[in-house]
Amino acid sequence: MEANYELATGMGEAIKKSIEAEESPVGREVLAELVANSELALTESVPICQDTGLAVVYLELGQDVHVVDGDLYLAIDEGVRQGYQEGYLRKSVVSDPLLRQNTGDNTPAFIRVQIVPGDKLRIHLLPKGGGSENVSRLAMLKPAQGVAGVKDFVLSTVDKAGGNACPPYVVGVGIGGTFDECAFLAKRALMRPVGSPSPRPHLAELEQELLASINDLGIGPQGYGGRVTALAVHIEASPTHIACLPVAVNLSCHALRHKMREI
Amino acid sequence: MFEITTPFSDDLVELLRAGDRVVLSGVIYTARDAAHARMAEALRAGEELPFPLAGNVIYYVGPAPAKPGWAVGSAGPTTSGRMDSYTPELLRLGLKGMIGKGARSEEVKAALREYKAVYFAATGGAGALLAKRVVRARVIAYPDLGPEAVHEFVVDKLPLTVVNDMYGGDLYLDGRRRYARQR
Repeated sequence: MEANYELATGMGEAIKKSIEAEESPVGREVLAELVANSELALTESVPICQDTGLAVVYLELGQDVHVVDGDLYLAIDEGVRQGYQEGYLRKSVVSDPLLRQNTGDNTPAFIRVQIVPGDKLRIHLLPKGGGSENVSRLAMLKPAQGVAGVKDFVLSTVDKAGGNACPPYVVGVGIGGTFDECAFLAKRALMRPVGSPSPRPHLAELEQELLASINDLGIGPQGYGGRVTALAVHIEASPTHIACLPVAVNLSCHALRHKMREI
Repeated sequence: MFEITTPFSDDLVELLRAGDRVVLSGVIYTARDAAHARMAEALRAGEELPFPLAGNVIYYVGPAPAKPGWAVGSAGPTTSGRMDSYTPELLRLGLKGMIGKGARSEEVKAALREYKAVYFAATGGAGALLAKRVVRARVIAYPDLGPEAVHEFVVDKLPLTVVNDMYGGDLYLDGRRRYARQR
């Protein structure tokens, strides 16, 4: 519930700071509206956005943790069911992509588990809206296309998204891995504190370069034209096949929401 | 800043230009993906629509449930492009305005010119602020669709921006051209 009433770590500050950078008067008005909206949502305990998302859950499960008394996945679904009901959150899940019957309680959650060293369980919740999922993309590039190919793909993804997915965006980029791993890297990139640089220098540099190029597109807040199209680019990379250069872009709207609890 | 009320006529549409800021009051109707599909079905079957189109405005929104004390839960716009294939027919039947976010197809823009209508954007993601402008809300059709049911909203000074006017003006294209920088 809280995850839908409050922006992710660093997001509110990033929006506030961007008002100074925005040259378009309408753009500044929109950014100020977003600040007011998030403050209202927090004080009144109502969702920032009516699209309270699919419940994307990422578990970092310590290998010494033993989950007892029932099914972990069912327990997560039960939590989602209760949270979306009690929190006045919208139910945005259909049970079949073609038959499209609303499940009525926002289950199932979309769960990914990674086994990590240690005896802790870290639970990430990222309520993910449909608009910004719809403009996300993945490409299997040729290794010869290299960093230039990656830059082109990221830029063209944001360019095509235009104002449709509620800019200013946070741009999650996955590079490497397998086809499916790459898409997950892009999603995990959205779980980093907003604006935190990659610990790997060549990626941190690429993040800054891409952010500047994206903001030269002129899309601006809500797509009305302006300087602030994205607030941050986060890149996650992984080893990959000698023949492959996968790249995935998962966009987040300005209502980036993420909570993490460690137990 | 224009203050407008629904329903409205061609005379008002003629005044509005891409980029204008507007506050809108009166009755509007909500419909998104599933409700548009149902309305298209109804039209094919020769049945009546759940609300009169002539002079009226559709808001593309699937609101969150209302908390006690609120008329409606968070209620910001959804991406309009998904409704594009249904829109020209509704405009032909007299719809005068739509509220959403994001770009429309060339077919929709042409229909806005032909039938004299206007496309507004509300601030996407400002769901809590926009919900505060909704005075009353009730479901009038397709309750089985949950958040996608057709609601009648009575709104007071809903803040909007004109994106596409009846003269071919397009704020998304104009705004971007103004601020794009070549490297």
